[in-house]
Amino acid sequence: MSKSKSILKKIAGYRLFLPLVCLAIVLLINIIKTPTFFEISIKNGVLYGYIIDIINRGSELVILAIGMTLVVAASGGTDISVGAVSSVAGAVCVFILGGGLPSTDYYHAPYILGLLGALVVGIACGAWNGFLVARMRIQPMVATLILYTAGRGIAQLITQGQNLYLRVDHYKLLGASIPGVPLPTPVFIAVLVVLLTWLVLKKTSIGLYVQSVGINSKAAGLVGLNATMIKILAYTFCGLCAGIAGMIITSRVNSIDANNAGLNIELDAILAVALGGNSLGGGKFSLAGSVIGAYTIQALTTTLYAMHVSSDQLPVYKAIVVIVIVSLQSPELRKMLGNLRANRSAGVTGKKVA
Amino acid sequence: MKKYREKIDGNMFLLLITIGLFFAMYVIGLIAFQDRGFGKLQVFLNLFISNSGLIVASVGMTIVLIIGGIDISIGSVIAMTCMLLAWMMEVKGIGAVPALIIVLLIGIAFGFVQGWLISYLKLQPFIVTLAGMFFARGMTAIISTDMISIKNEQFLSWANAKWSLPFGGSVNKKGIVVNPYIYAGVVIALLVLILVFILLKYTKFGRSIYAIGGNEQSALLMGLNVRRTKLKVYVINGFLASFAGFLFSLNTCAGFVEQAKGFEMEAIAASVIGGTLLTGGVGNVFGSLFGVLIKGTIESFITFQGSLSSWWTKIVIAVLLSFFIILQSMLAVARRKK
Repeated sequence: MSKSKSILKKIAGYRLFLPLVCLAIVLLINIIKTPTFFEISIKNGVLYGYIIDIINRGSELVILAIGMTLVVAASGGTDISVGAVSSVAGAVCVFILGGGLPSTDYYHAPYILGLLGALVVGIACGAWNGFLVARMRIQPMVATLILYTAGRGIAQLITQGQNLYLRVDHYKLLGASIPGVPLPTPVFIAVLVVLLTWLVLKKTSIGLYVQSVGINSKAAGLVGLNATMIKILAYTFCGLCAGIAGMIITSRVNSIDANNAGLNIELDAILAVALGGNSLGGGKFSLAGSVIGAYTIQALTTTLYAMHVSSDQLPVYKAIVVIVIVSLQSPELRKMLGNLRANRSAGVTGKKVA
Repeated sequence: MKKYREKIDGNMFLLLITIGLFFAMYVIGLIAFQDRGFGKLQVFLNLFISNSGLIVASVGMTIVLIIGGIDISIGSVIAMTCMLLAWMMEVKGIGAVPALIIVLLIGIAFGFVQGWLISYLKLQPFIVTLAGMFFARGMTAIISTDMISIKNEQFLSWANAKWSLPFGGSVNKKGIVVNPYIYAGVVIALLVLILVFILLKYTKFGRSIYAIGGNEQSALLMGLNVRRTKLKVYVINGFLASFAGFLFSLNTCAGFVEQAKGFEMEAIAASVIGGTLLTGGVGNVFGSLFGVLIKGTIESFITFQGSLSSWWTKIVIAVLLSFFIILQSMLAVARRKK
């Protein structure tokens, strides 16, 4: 009895336990509701199916979740500007390539220039956030709130308040699929970002540095780490991720809608990090957890869409999930439940406790 | 005593910059838009009229910031309030008074839940109110995704209740003297401001808010009930947010999903520009009033200028907010060095 309990505890204590269980639950609901859920078919040499769709649509989220994980780990705060930043990056990319015209069917500038523009904008926005958080010591959410609201304004200014269309088939490559390759391109980009980040963190000591800064920034400074620089780097990397996500988002629809590109995606990214078993208070982190978290969120979104929940209403359910997860992580709740249990057992042995 | 005065001076400095900035901006407006009637008393009063909701919202935000927390859900709560008011009166046929009471109770309940999670479960205020922000915005969409305009007679009579001032009139195009006027909402907003000022300055509860914001540990050691005070602050803020929503709907007379987007940043900006420290413990609701007026002046610049898009308001406010945050941070560093 006690042995099996301890094994159970061990499994439950495993870091990826929570995200995997959540993913399993979401998938289970889907299988019950739609038996064809796991079916994959091939049309025109491209794979189709619910699962493929989730993996494809979840790519931006995975990329953002990776950036967000590092930000959370290093600073104990979250970057809520990622959605707005990806909108700005997407706007810049389309603006450069389309020459600022509302609708065009050929590139006005070399393709690579548009990509670079988006990435540079993402990096600049991230560096600005990092500067505010690390150098100016402003709470991360207030610092990123500035770009969260102003970012879409900037994107609107770039696009002159209208949707810009870039009707070039080549531009679709990033968001759709390359001919002859069965999987959509965003999946490969996401895998690439995850692998590169993982390699850099694993093979160098940056991952360790990020954790030590997140656990105790002062102590990390005392042992000789440049805590400020590491935090700025984390935010800059998150900005870069937002830039990449922005390009994919615009490439999917061949246009930029500054108001709606990456709308509400910051909540999803934070949710993915929390769901991945990472503490939002900073410190230790697990990239794998965040990736699983991101796909879980995407599966949840797809499921809710299938249940005819409109995109405006989705945040309600996600907000509740965020609160539940964060509450479960809270040591205070555990203490409270512990007290409750102690009271109850005291009530059983002694007098009744009302 | 001397040390105390020194601290006040640093913060007074921020407030003085704000007041100075407001007057400087207004004078610039007077010179630049002289020929378009910027100097009319009505233009000044319009700053209050179009921002009555923001005044109340930023007062609530100021209290929350003083205690060292933050609430980024208020924009969504305002949207939810407007939508609920419109939906209850137009779709459900509920009277204006009961609808208002229900909406305010929902605001209080919203504040209570958020406050409980923050103060008793010790969750980060950002995360809780971020979830609250998405929750309220989503609820607005669940109630209705279409715009509902309010046609309830009693509500419209509230919205149109205005008082003309006995002086400062100007002659309009038809040659009739029109006295400058204000709406009832403005008077109510200013009353709320004064009430909260008294609450913060002269009551035990108000002083303990400052004490907790200044240093939570010492406040706890002093024997203050930190948790309960925090909870009360978030409840008050929830109430003020829904009340701001009511004033907001008096202006717009409609409910729609995209309403009051980015309002939380405007309220935070107004408080911060008015000298409230993001680190807590320092702040003044009258400063926030000047923050709101500065935002209003920027807006009227953009309307008077005519060709700029309204997006500029948000960008300029973001720039101002960054400027004041950096100023605060530099002052804090200077103080630490001393």
